[in-house]
Amino acid sequence: MELHDVWFVLIAVLWTGYFFLEGFDFGVGVLTRLLARNRPEKRVLINTIGPVWDGNEVWLLSAGGATFAAFPEWYATLFSGFYLPLLVILVCLIVRGVAFEYRAKRPEESWQRNWETAIFWTSLIPAFLWGVAFGNIVRGVKIDQDFNYAGGVLDLLNPYALLGGLVTLALFTFHGTVFVGLKTVGEIRERARKLALRVGLVTALLALAFLGWTQSDRGDGVSLVAAVAAVASLALALVAARAGREGWAFSLSGLTIVATVAMLFLTLFPNVMPSTLNSDWSLTVTNASSSPYTLKIMTWCAAVATPVVMVYQGWTYWVFRKRIGTQHIADPVH
Amino acid sequence: MDLALAPETLARWQFGITTVYHFLFVPLTISLAALTAGLQTAWVRTEKEKYLRATKFWGKLFLINIAMGVVTGIVQEFQFGMNWSDYSRFVGDVFGAPLAFEALIAFFFESTFIGLWIFGWDKLPKKIHLACIWMVSIGTLLSAYFILAANSWMQHPVGYRINGEKGRAELTDFWLVLTQNTTLNQVFHSFSAAFLTGGAFMVGIAAFHLLRKKHIPVMRTSLRLGLVTVAVGGLLTAVSGDTLGKVMYEQQPMKMAAAEALWDGEKPAPFSVFAYGDVDKGHNKVALEIPGLLSFLAHSDFESYVPGINDTNKALQEKFGPGDYKPIVPVAYWGFRWMIGFGMASFSIGLLGLWLTRKKFLLPAAWRTGEDEVPHLVLFRKPLRPRLTRLYWLVAVWTMAFPLIANSWGWIFTEMGRQPWVVYGLFQTRDAVSPGVSQAEVLTSMIVFTTLYAILAVVEVKLLVKYVKAGPPELTEADLNPPTKIGGDSRDADKPMAFSY
Repeated sequence: MELHDVWFVLIAVLWTGYFFLEGFDFGVGVLTRLLARNRPEKRVLINTIGPVWDGNEVWLLSAGGATFAAFPEWYATLFSGFYLPLLVILVCLIVRGVAFEYRAKRPEESWQRNWETAIFWTSLIPAFLWGVAFGNIVRGVKIDQDFNYAGGVLDLLNPYALLGGLVTLALFTFHGTVFVGLKTVGEIRERARKLALRVGLVTALLALAFLGWTQSDRGDGVSLVAAVAAVASLALALVAARAGREGWAFSLSGLTIVATVAMLFLTLFPNVMPSTLNSDWSLTVTNASSSPYTLKIMTWCAAVATPVVMVYQGWTYWVFRKRIGTQHIADPVH
Repeated sequence: MDLALAPETLARWQFGITTVYHFLFVPLTISLAALTAGLQTAWVRTEKEKYLRATKFWGKLFLINIAMGVVTGIVQEFQFGMNWSDYSRFVGDVFGAPLAFEALIAFFFESTFIGLWIFGWDKLPKKIHLACIWMVSIGTLLSAYFILAANSWMQHPVGYRINGEKGRAELTDFWLVLTQNTTLNQVFHSFSAAFLTGGAFMVGIAAFHLLRKKHIPVMRTSLRLGLVTVAVGGLLTAVSGDTLGKVMYEQQPMKMAAAEALWDGEKPAPFSVFAYGDVDKGHNKVALEIPGLLSFLAHSDFESYVPGINDTNKALQEKFGPGDYKPIVPVAYWGFRWMIGFGMASFSIGLLGLWLTRKKFLLPAAWRTGEDEVPHLVLFRKPLRPRLTRLYWLVAVWTMAFPLIANSWGWIFTEMGRQPWVVYGLFQTRDAVSPGVSQAEVLTSMIVFTTLYAILAVVEVKLLVKYVKAGPPELTEADLNPPTKIGGDSRDADKPMAFSY
């Protein structure tokens, strides 16, 4: 395995980490409309992710930075090519971060309601658009001989990619629902459990269609294993959610995300961004990667930093392990 | 859509807007993290309540500020790929590494421990909670270090070779990129300017309250801390600015010649106080100069030759081929002056304040004040008259803005002074843009970001004003009795959280 292959795996790991972690906090954002019945409940939801969403989001920045360093051509083509969707995602992430931090900083109801609306939409839209983006990366887009994206923004909204968007939206919402079941106490926990079943079923149907489509178009034996693992863990997550085994349900919905991202990267390899115009113009792990020296330094950094990050982020989750209920939410302003 | 503009013009405006805006928050974040950590350390060590109240007060303002720094930083990570894809392809092998290091090492640190600090007041024992804010502070410093190393490589590329086949620069010595003198000097200069900024912020807000005789014990302490920070930060900014300037005279003589509007080389070269000239013809019409000073700034003696804009341009044409290698001279000239002027004004006002509010040194015993009194402003033997006292406090309040202006112009100067290069001597800005991105797309994103940033600026400033006016919070039982166990004490199972969104 050469270093650029290692980095292909590491980029996949960073995206997996991002979707696993920010996946449930996007989901929780969506649930502020779907699950919460009143404003104290909304606050319970927001506070389940309060201490951790920022750390979760850094997985995205790491994926972006690591792509720049390890695969500059991929970074350049992807972000200049998906310009407008990426702009929408960036705007959402900006507003979302500010919304979490500023929402409780004034007592006026209108102020808080506006930020709550913002949290809902800025969670929902990126959850959808990341699926669209990855659908297009896997499917391939119009890339010319200079590695520049030659299509328009409408080319990105093809049925396969849109289905991919629905899958990530549904899957993240499901992941968020089981997370809320795990992190809350009281009535909202019960409702989260019931909602998890319904959202989970929708997710299962969408995932089955998307993974099946991916497998039939460009799958092989290994990707089939990943696809089956994704569907099986989703089914088991549903069973666990139904049985009230919240820890299991959350681990399994997380495993579904891991297996789904693995499936997509497996079908992508050795390309990193296939060209639909001419396969010679596809970006691959070889023609898009950095020099061996840079990759070596980056590997050392990732090998040391990533486990450490996982330890202290994991510790954060342990510190905030207590379930939250409406009784824990005090006065509205600090 | 095709505007009658060079392809890089809009992309440059966008980069300028998003980056200058981002950098309003960066220095405040760096310095307020450390200052808040310092105050919290004082609380943990002395258990004096004023320190805890100060920690909570400045911590709140720090959080309002870092939120903006974090979200505007997301754009920075992606806009190289969006608007500057050819730049990214050319430099990614070198420039990407410090960015990735920044994310993997510094961003995770900052963002994870900030969550622990915000929500951890009733979940973590006192000392562990204190360690969290120090971790955040270390994270902010590391983050700045890596990004400055990346920028320094654009100012002065080292540790690379050109791969002709791939048409890109490739890293050969990462350690050199991290430790070259441009990096070390830029880091030194930016860090000290960051502390000047945070110190002035503290002084300004403390002065605001002391002028109104409110929250005196906390604000007295904050004022002194702020003034010391301004004095030390300001002094180091001047020292590091001087050494960075000397490095730049070696590495980018054009930038420094433009900073002085020195059209033709002179020996000895004068320092320009004011100049107004004809850029096209390449000379000044009006010039007020201090003889020999520029030679001193460049080479530490009053005699040396300093090359001018016209001769440097000619030298660069011989080296790199025909073309115009001049930056926009008035921007470099005035940017340089505004950077120094505003920075040093803030430093002087802080230094003056440090003297005026001295506690014992050469201060007649009659004018010494207690913990809950507003300090007298004593110039020599007697306090200033009420009108002058009031004037000093007002000036101190306004000083808050000066380092922010200085920082912005510092970056505008150093980035625009490097033009037409994006990587000095290697790669020109006009070759760096994304060929596949239309001007309409760039214009769209520029309008979106500018509008969003303007709205957020209003929101942010209003929140800051609200929390500044509210003053330090009263302490609660829970504040004074932090938990002894990680995760919170079990007797508090149903108690409301100390902090919630």
